[in-house]
Amino acid sequence: MPDQNDLRYTADHEWVLVEGSVATIGITAYAAAQLGDIVYLDLPDAGTEVSGGTVVGEIESTKSVGELFAPVDGTVVEKNAAVEDAPELVNSDPLGEGWLIKVEFTELPELLSLEAYTALIGD
Amino acid sequence: MTDLAPSLSGVASRTDLFSTRHIGTDAAAQARMLEAVGFESVEALMAAAVPQSIQFDRSLTNSFVPPAATEREAVDELRALASMNRVSTSYIGLGYYGTLTPAVIKRNVLENPSWYTAYTPYQPEISQGRLEALINFQTMVADLTGLTTANASMLDESTAAVEGMLLARRASKSKSTRFLVDSDAFPQTKALLRDRAEAVGIEIDEVVLDSIDHPSHALAPVDAFGVFVQYPGASGRVWNPSAVIDAVHASGGIAVVAADLLALTLIASPGELGADVAVGTTQRFGVPMGFGGPHAGYMAVRAGLERQLPGRLVGVSVDAAGHPAYRLSLQAREQHIRREKATSNICTAQVLLAVMAGMYAVYHGPEGLRRIAEQVNQAARTLAAHLAGAGYGIVHRDFFDTVLVSAPGRARALAEHAHGRDILLNVVDDDTLSISVDETTTDAALIDLALVFDAVEGHDDAGRGAAERDPSIPESLLRTTDYLTHPVFNTHRSETSMMRYLKRLADADYALDRGMIPLGSCTMKLNAASEMEAVTWREFAGIHPFAPAGDVEGYLTLIAQLERWLADVTGYDSVSLQPNAGSQGELAGLLAIRGYHRSQGSLERTVCLIPSSAHGTNAASAVLAGMKVVVVACDELGNVDLVDLRAKIAEHADVLAALMITYPSTHGVYEHDVVEICRLVHEAGGQVYVDGANLNALLGFARFGDFGGDVSHLNLHKTFCIPHGGGGPGVGPVAAKAHLAPFLPGHMFAQSPEHQLVDGSAVVHAGPQISAAPYGSPSILPISWAYVRMMGLEGLAQATAAAVLAANYVAARLAPHFPVLYTGENGLVAHECILDLRGITQASGVSVDDVAKRLVDYGFHAPTMSFPVPGTLMVEPTESEDLDEIDRFIEAMIEIKAEIDAVAAGEWPAGDNPLVNAPHTAQSVVEGEWTHPYDRARAVYPVHTLVRGKYWPPVRRIDQAYGDRNLVCACPPPEAFE
Repeated sequence: MPDQNDLRYTADHEWVLVEGSVATIGITAYAAAQLGDIVYLDLPDAGTEVSGGTVVGEIESTKSVGELFAPVDGTVVEKNAAVEDAPELVNSDPLGEGWLIKVEFTELPELLSLEAYTALIGD
Repeated sequence: MTDLAPSLSGVASRTDLFSTRHIGTDAAAQARMLEAVGFESVEALMAAAVPQSIQFDRSLTNSFVPPAATEREAVDELRALASMNRVSTSYIGLGYYGTLTPAVIKRNVLENPSWYTAYTPYQPEISQGRLEALINFQTMVADLTGLTTANASMLDESTAAVEGMLLARRASKSKSTRFLVDSDAFPQTKALLRDRAEAVGIEIDEVVLDSIDHPSHALAPVDAFGVFVQYPGASGRVWNPSAVIDAVHASGGIAVVAADLLALTLIASPGELGADVAVGTTQRFGVPMGFGGPHAGYMAVRAGLERQLPGRLVGVSVDAAGHPAYRLSLQAREQHIRREKATSNICTAQVLLAVMAGMYAVYHGPEGLRRIAEQVNQAARTLAAHLAGAGYGIVHRDFFDTVLVSAPGRARALAEHAHGRDILLNVVDDDTLSISVDETTTDAALIDLALVFDAVEGHDDAGRGAAERDPSIPESLLRTTDYLTHPVFNTHRSETSMMRYLKRLADADYALDRGMIPLGSCTMKLNAASEMEAVTWREFAGIHPFAPAGDVEGYLTLIAQLERWLADVTGYDSVSLQPNAGSQGELAGLLAIRGYHRSQGSLERTVCLIPSSAHGTNAASAVLAGMKVVVVACDELGNVDLVDLRAKIAEHADVLAALMITYPSTHGVYEHDVVEICRLVHEAGGQVYVDGANLNALLGFARFGDFGGDVSHLNLHKTFCIPHGGGGPGVGPVAAKAHLAPFLPGHMFAQSPEHQLVDGSAVVHAGPQISAAPYGSPSILPISWAYVRMMGLEGLAQATAAAVLAANYVAARLAPHFPVLYTGENGLVAHECILDLRGITQASGVSVDDVAKRLVDYGFHAPTMSFPVPGTLMVEPTESEDLDEIDRFIEAMIEIKAEIDAVAAGEWPAGDNPLVNAPHTAQSVVEGEWTHPYDRARAVYPVHTLVRGKYWPPVRRIDQAYGDRNLVCACPPPEAFE
């Protein structure tokens, strides 16, 4: 599990781990707790072109159906097949095994620091 | 003797008053309740609760609602209306057929309050019986259509076709906006597809599908996101549409096939032919035609499209003890959660009718259904052979139950001749008739039919005999796959076994026949036996929806009276009874607003303002009416925030179409600013849609039309006593002011397109069609008719006051234990109250879920959970509960609060206490070692009154997440229950 300080965040409650030109994307522990028991994920396949701020997938819990936004422009290089089979991983380990997609990005937009995100969720 | 008569009539008028049977609290009880609430009289309470600015004086209006009739008088009048209908033998077909309702199903389901007074199974632990019945229905549909997953019913076949079209657009890879529609589809379905497509920007292209089948077209790309095929066709033709389906698939489109379930016992299933989606009706599985409804429509999809299904889906999960248990799946996808992002606005389905259709399959089994289908097909072949023998052209050689007859220039004359013999044929055009036979068609009936065509002579003719034996289904399309192999469809052949199966399922459920169902916003009031009386009468049940006007005078009279009464009590000018659910009423009302704006040249008016407190269906309906939703904030008291409303109106003034507001609000409060809110919207050129879900708190005291409403839908299944049926049928009439009346739902087959306005003038309803049948679900309208007839305006007002008093009594008595979230300016609630558990949950860890499930142990159905505010319970006692039952509920809630306090105080651990472990089954307290920190009596007999009569839930708390992660929506194998 990465150190939360190494991650960048979005106002849509997603985290981004930047390694070279690839961004690993997931949802924050706060978002996972708010959604409750996650039961289904619809993630974009490798090769899908995504643009920042648009809806690229679905996160369904017993309470609601949330949308997965792409935080960056780029191409999906991998989706986490393990979470599609076992969506509860997103609840148990949102920042680690519960990652969702990896995107090879063209340009990195301005993202939030842990401090700024923590302030956003008022915690 | 001379003075006996007047005193006798005096006795009769006192004791026969139906309102004293419908309203649970008498004067003495109400006096005790008023004391708790702090008012001198019911009149004083209502004067304080309902804002002065909207109160209406009943004595000043000349009401169309007649003074109350007794139960006996009302039933006599219904008899007279019934006798004005003429029950002919219908061969019209087009999705409506004669059927034989097995008497064991009629008596033990349709006429049994254990089934018809239940609510939608949102509390699965106390709904296992109807959930099992619905999973039978889903399995039946999935098996027969050859697809993976079926939902728990749709409103009717034509609306299911629309939902199929919308699903195709969502799931299709094609970017096209075109949808191909089979020219041989039922005419009412084609019309509905056209009307609904128009509002959401879909282009309908009606095509003769054989042409696509042609080799020269086979490889050409199809510019469409999907195709709709009727199978067999409206003309009766049985053909193989797989080439059409392949062509559409090749271009990334989705194939929706409307199929006749009875035919599917003999012919290849849509799934085998490549369909992605199948839709249709299950009417002919034992549900009477009823002049159009209610019946259960269906929808099934192939693997991969489950999460696209609209409506409700029953699935299998496990309970806390690890036993299999049924529950509603994928609820997070329903429109009340997803709001404007929802894919469909339907919520209520047709549960009671789906239960009947599913049980018809359980009773007959696969062999029985096949035998019925073969008999029907044989009758059609016999008929075709006779008509051919008499020189008539039989247009299609391949058919199941419908014979298309060519009679150049004589079609209308023949149909009229038949009508004279009480036989109804379908005139296709001047030269063509169609004749659909069914399960009820006897040999004698076939002879009567042949007589019409003068085709009886030479009955024993050898050539014709051979023709009768000639198959009418091509061998390549014969069904070769199994269906209904699950034991449930192969066990209950004797009536004894069937009766006991139905009893066992009914016993698993909690319905109004056991106790109070205090569901806020759902209005679970009495469905009186005398109101239900007429529903199964032959003169109402046995009528085809497209029968000639002359045959349905009784129905048309009843409908016209009910329309007028409903308009009268809501302050509107005209009413359409066509919408067969509240959601459809909303859509019809919004489409009327849309039509009106467009008629004024204001095409740009498409913004619909909706307060954040609104029911999610409002937003979903607005999107389907082609509108854009803009949310208006609510203030901390739960009322529409006037500052935000003004700002939103100013921002969208030029494009404002409507405001949708619920009154009293979904928070159960009479908002004082409603007149001002309506005025602001009108000033900006918008229309006001008042959602009538809470009309039962207003009837007799205020009228939507008087305080600013332009259009409303009403829920006859809430305010006007149509039973909930476990999640349908519903009826959602739409009521409008005169300027919107021409845009109310029209129908190509309406026997009476003209409707009387309250001022006596007439208007033609010519707006978009909304249901399959011209009057929606007419066979249950006698229920609401009888309610209004037996209450009179005075009785309706008394019911309103009793409901408001009951809610305020509950609020006053429970306020010391649970904070009441919202009240009006005077500290009063309307007909329901919201108990705020959020602070309690924070302090103790006990959730609304825990309280809801614990109420089961106390013998109650839970109030509405987390709507409209998460973490709260909304209680609506209704006027029909008596004070003893209301007090029993209050005592249960107070006792539960004491249990919560014990958890908060650390007496019981948060993870092991009577609340978190609720509900407790009998098995859970007798089997194994008891290790909990509370005793068994506390678990199942927390109050001593339960000892003599207790409802035992059949399962423990059901794991919702498990079921959604492991989606199983068909009957599990019997071993699962061992």
